[in-house]
Amino acid sequence: MSETVSRISIACRVNGEPRRVQAFPLERLLDVLREEMQLTGTKEGCGEGECGACAVLLNGAIVNSCLVPAIEADGADIRTIEGMAHGEQLNAVQEAFLECGGAQCGICTPGMVIASVALLERHPHPTDAEIREGLAGNLCRCTGYQKIFAAVVRACESISDKKWVSR
Amino acid sequence: MEEKFFGNSVIRKEGREKVTGRARYVDDLAFPEMLHGATVRSSIARGRIRGIRFGDGIPWSEFTIVTAADIPGKNEIALIEHDQPCLAAEVINHPEEAVVLLAHADRYLLEAARRAVQIDVEPLPAIFSIEDSIAKRAVIFGEDNVFKSYHVEKGDVDTAWAQADIIVEREYRTGAQEQLYIENQGMIAAANPADGVTIWGSLQCPYYVHKALVTLFGLPAEKIRVIQAETGGDFGGKEEYPSMIAGHAALLAWKSGKRVKIIYDRAEDMAATTKRHPSRTRHRTGVTRDGKLVAMDIDFVIDGGAYATLSSVVLSRGTIHAAGPYFCPNVRVQSRAVATNAPPHGAFRGFGAPQSIFALERHMDQVARALNLTPEEFRRRNFIRKGQTTATGQLIQEEVNFNALLDRAFRESGYHAKRERFARENPGATIKRGIGFSSFMHGAGFTGSGEVYLASVVELEATREGIVRILAASTEIGQGTNTIFSQIAADALGIGYDRIEIAQPDTGAVPNSGPTVASRTAMVVGNLVETAALGLKRTLVDSGLLCDACTEDEFVRACRRYIETRGPLRSRSQYEPPPGLLWDDATYKGDAYGTYAWAVYVAEVAVDTVTFEARVIDFVAVQEVGKVIHPVLAAGQIDGGVAQAIGMALYENVVWREGRMANGQMTNYIMPTAADVPPIRVFFEEQPYPFGPHGAKGIGELPMDGPAPAIVNAIENATGICVREIPATPEVLMEAMTAKAGALV
Repeated sequence: MSETVSRISIACRVNGEPRRVQAFPLERLLDVLREEMQLTGTKEGCGEGECGACAVLLNGAIVNSCLVPAIEADGADIRTIEGMAHGEQLNAVQEAFLECGGAQCGICTPGMVIASVALLERHPHPTDAEIREGLAGNLCRCTGYQKIFAAVVRACESISDKKWVSR
Repeated sequence: MEEKFFGNSVIRKEGREKVTGRARYVDDLAFPEMLHGATVRSSIARGRIRGIRFGDGIPWSEFTIVTAADIPGKNEIALIEHDQPCLAAEVINHPEEAVVLLAHADRYLLEAARRAVQIDVEPLPAIFSIEDSIAKRAVIFGEDNVFKSYHVEKGDVDTAWAQADIIVEREYRTGAQEQLYIENQGMIAAANPADGVTIWGSLQCPYYVHKALVTLFGLPAEKIRVIQAETGGDFGGKEEYPSMIAGHAALLAWKSGKRVKIIYDRAEDMAATTKRHPSRTRHRTGVTRDGKLVAMDIDFVIDGGAYATLSSVVLSRGTIHAAGPYFCPNVRVQSRAVATNAPPHGAFRGFGAPQSIFALERHMDQVARALNLTPEEFRRRNFIRKGQTTATGQLIQEEVNFNALLDRAFRESGYHAKRERFARENPGATIKRGIGFSSFMHGAGFTGSGEVYLASVVELEATREGIVRILAASTEIGQGTNTIFSQIAADALGIGYDRIEIAQPDTGAVPNSGPTVASRTAMVVGNLVETAALGLKRTLVDSGLLCDACTEDEFVRACRRYIETRGPLRSRSQYEPPPGLLWDDATYKGDAYGTYAWAVYVAEVAVDTVTFEARVIDFVAVQEVGKVIHPVLAAGQIDGGVAQAIGMALYENVVWREGRMANGQMTNYIMPTAADVPPIRVFFEEQPYPFGPHGAKGIGELPMDGPAPAIVNAIENATGICVREIPATPEVLMEAMTAKAGALV
């Protein structure tokens, strides 16, 4: 970072908690989450918005946090993988990933869980094509996606109350 | 022994940490006052280092700077040959060769500094292809650029041609492929003369890294400690290169006195770390008019890149698999791994076999066509059976029923009906459909005498609370090591799955159970886990604290009693080869593997004759893998391997410029997404293997071998064009289809 640019104060809600951090305006939201807030569940896979490992929900919309400047987070509501479970109670998507074998090495899993939650919030009963399209921004090298598709279907079946998806 | 957990899809041992984001990968670890490390690399492929210039505008005094002169021990990262330096000192052999290391607390400043270092290199002639290497356009290794060659000879190939009615000769090629684990490589090191070196990292084989650091620092083994952090995929890509990064981080830590973290970004990872070896295979095959193989002459060459690394071992597996699961009385396989000025190519799931099997399974379709037989009928006349011998002369002693595998794969895929329908509907259609298959095998475990040489060890330790910990260097890398070891141990001890814990792989705490490679973890190390568990139980029974048929409560009480009265309760087991395995490294004859997994894969494709894009529409994978330990994990291995092989067949094209990857980004190196993969339908035939735990064989690499030829065979069925190289990108298909159209005019 150039010495002429100084840090600014950024206030946002992260997983329901108000947070305030100092960050460079163009610092990546990914780094702010991981380094300033120690929320290391959000991963970096490519740093160019291709792999989705760094996906978070920003004001309810799924974004790649490696492409979002910190200044965009000011005043925003952010949800990360750390906010998906309710204490020790996993959400329906997380449970389904466990049961169906949707996580192997686990590095894409936080982003996949976020993408699946975002998908089910948009399409509570997604078609096969909607699942594929909804997860196409998240790369997984282990599973061939089959068990992830199965997990999304399982999660969808187990949700009676739509709001419970993201708790 | 009761199988309470074996064969059941229990919840993945570390699954909860993974779905909640709590699992800690190396980049998630941080230590106070930790520095970040960066690597300055050569810019050209080959030359002599004249000097290093540190540019203006950087506060160099704040930096820790390491060159080859700072290495306390030997400047090498060796696997088999001692040819690869940790840091280039005088000579550059590939464009990503590390020359200078930098460390600083501020990683933004560090990046600016990395760009400000200039390596001045006097260029030398370089070579970038198998052909240039063989032609010795420059000699960069030994006298002839050959890292290793093998010669397999069975029967008498030279006189057998006389019995052949038809001889078919073809050449096939496969490109480099990037492993593309989603977690980039990274290491953290602490190092000083008093405490030695400690490494935390993303890696497959803790004891490989350990061995490399012993040499690099010239320290006794007990002064080096390597700990595996949670690892976000590897596929072979974290078998060798972690030793390099660990060495770099440790050298910076040693000099700075602080912990140093090196995390590659995607571009550096793709450019510098190993990839699948590009290959060229030439087949000359003699058959009788009734479709019997009489002679196979195979010339298999792989591009090893600039240093020997593991190329000789990759070549070995590719060589042994080159003649496939067929019986032919006369076989010759000659193979070479040759040097070029690209970064070294290395381990990648399948380890040479996907390359030679691609060539063979494409070639089998070509020979069938020359014979005017269907691909299926030609294979059926030559499938290997119990009592016959492979190319290395290995006598098959297990029942191998390829006809049954083929029948099932065809039934599940609707092969015959589709073949008929596509033949009817394709003429005049813009999108042409096709269906093709491959039949193949994959040897499980290390080749030949490899497992005897490794002599792997596993230990189990019980606590007074009746928790049993498994101590092994075998790593969980997504494939399910933690889970299957726990299933095996729980059943052997007659206790609950939750009573089993897996010790973190840490060379300071666990024995060497061998590298996590070669589809050996379930079959070989799993067997050691079972033996050690049975040994632990036997200790309790023999001491009179437990009866054979015990309850879990009795087991827990017995553990406590034993530990209180006699001390630590541990059990150890070491690999012993199955009886009767004979292998001769000098002649490359004998029992190459203890056993093989056998498979038939069917791919259905749609080829768009306007965009020249091929898509896989449906995929059926039928395999015999011994007993399945965990159906969900096992199917997950097959699904993932098939998807990765679809990438290899159609999308994943490494573009080379002067030995450097030109498309080292996820934007332009394309792997399959959720929108690209077909339904992958997985079926297991289970025939127990007597020397695997409960009859299990290895499966991890198998699914990488078969899809590419099945897909390209399907493309030929759809379009009539004969593609002999992969990836079969739209450019390749366009060229082939345009040439064919031109030929018809």
